[in-house]
Amino acid sequence: MYLVLVGGGHVGLQLAKRLVARGHELLVLEKDSRQAQRLSNILGEEYVMHGDGCELHTQKSAGFNRADVVVAVTGEDEDNLVVCQLAKEVWNVERVLSRVNDPDHEEIFREIGIDHTVSATGIIFTLLEQQLQGDEIVPVGALHKGEVEVVESVLTHRSPLVGRRASEVNLPPGTSIVYLVRDGVGTAVTGETEFRAGDVVVTLVPTTRAEDLRTALTTPH
Amino acid sequence: MNVIILGCGRSGATIAVQLSSRGHNVTLVERNPESLRRLGRTYPCRIVIGDGLDEDILKKAGIESADAFLAMTRGDNTNLMAAQIVQRKYKVARIAVKVADPMRADAYRNLGLFCINASALIAGMCRDWLQGVDYDTIDTYNVLAPELQEA
Repeated sequence: MYLVLVGGGHVGLQLAKRLVARGHELLVLEKDSRQAQRLSNILGEEYVMHGDGCELHTQKSAGFNRADVVVAVTGEDEDNLVVCQLAKEVWNVERVLSRVNDPDHEEIFREIGIDHTVSATGIIFTLLEQQLQGDEIVPVGALHKGEVEVVESVLTHRSPLVGRRASEVNLPPGTSIVYLVRDGVGTAVTGETEFRAGDVVVTLVPTTRAEDLRTALTTPH
Repeated sequence: MNVIILGCGRSGATIAVQLSSRGHNVTLVERNPESLRRLGRTYPCRIVIGDGLDEDILKKAGIESADAFLAMTRGDNTNLMAAQIVQRKYKVARIAVKVADPMRADAYRNLGLFCINASALIAGMCRDWLQGVDYDTIDTYNVLAPELQEA
């Protein structure tokens, strides 16, 4: 498995260290020569190449054409976008992954076919929301271009689900409770599962039904 | 025509001035207020200060009713990303993208964006001028030179 990582800042370096430790074939592209030198000293020079990962001739010498995965982790979304788009369109790299610094930009990445994005800001924001709103449902992910949401919620004693089996509860159409974490142990939800207060449940819900789900999970009859 | 120009560098400022004096409704988006000095003492067009990759700024500039969008910053990737947001989300009819790297310009031309590469235009026109050849259309100059293709 050959991985190319574009951007050797903090994120790139920490990622590279772990990937090298796991024995992956890896190359980090860094455009600043002093930073590239620093990376060489830490990782070993065979893992580092000085060059602009957005340039086609650099991509060529870095072996984009035989890369299994290209990961763009610079601090600039526009650079990450161009790296991933060229990797896909020019070099036919099967898997591309991008760091997205501004969560608002995830939409254009998806739009041009870069489906795998990671936004630290987005993740921290979601976790924060989770801390701030006790009985809310918290989106933890999206499927099918955002039409289906994966949401997590903690059942309080007020929840109409508590004390009932999964097969007996009323949920909005198209919605399914798939997983449950109780006392730190995760299990799949079946029709027999009986809910208790304090359960963390993971639900798949069509985005248009998210509000109905909130009501179903939190409002006592 | 409602035209939005991203970037008040030398090219952006020149186009802004020229289109404004020809009666077009121009809005210029620029991050750095300092750059506006290139427009002269009185600004010929509407100005929005901000980041062209921020959709709130694009909306403020009137992207929803724009007929044309010209991405003219000195950042190739900024221009390419802004142009694709505008093309895909706001369906602006005419989009031009300034791309300084000839290879990148060529790659994105193949993806359907109108990318203008200044070095190709300058080289091609100088070549024809020097050889006494009549000037041709922009499309004959705005291509990746075969000599550079394997570079």
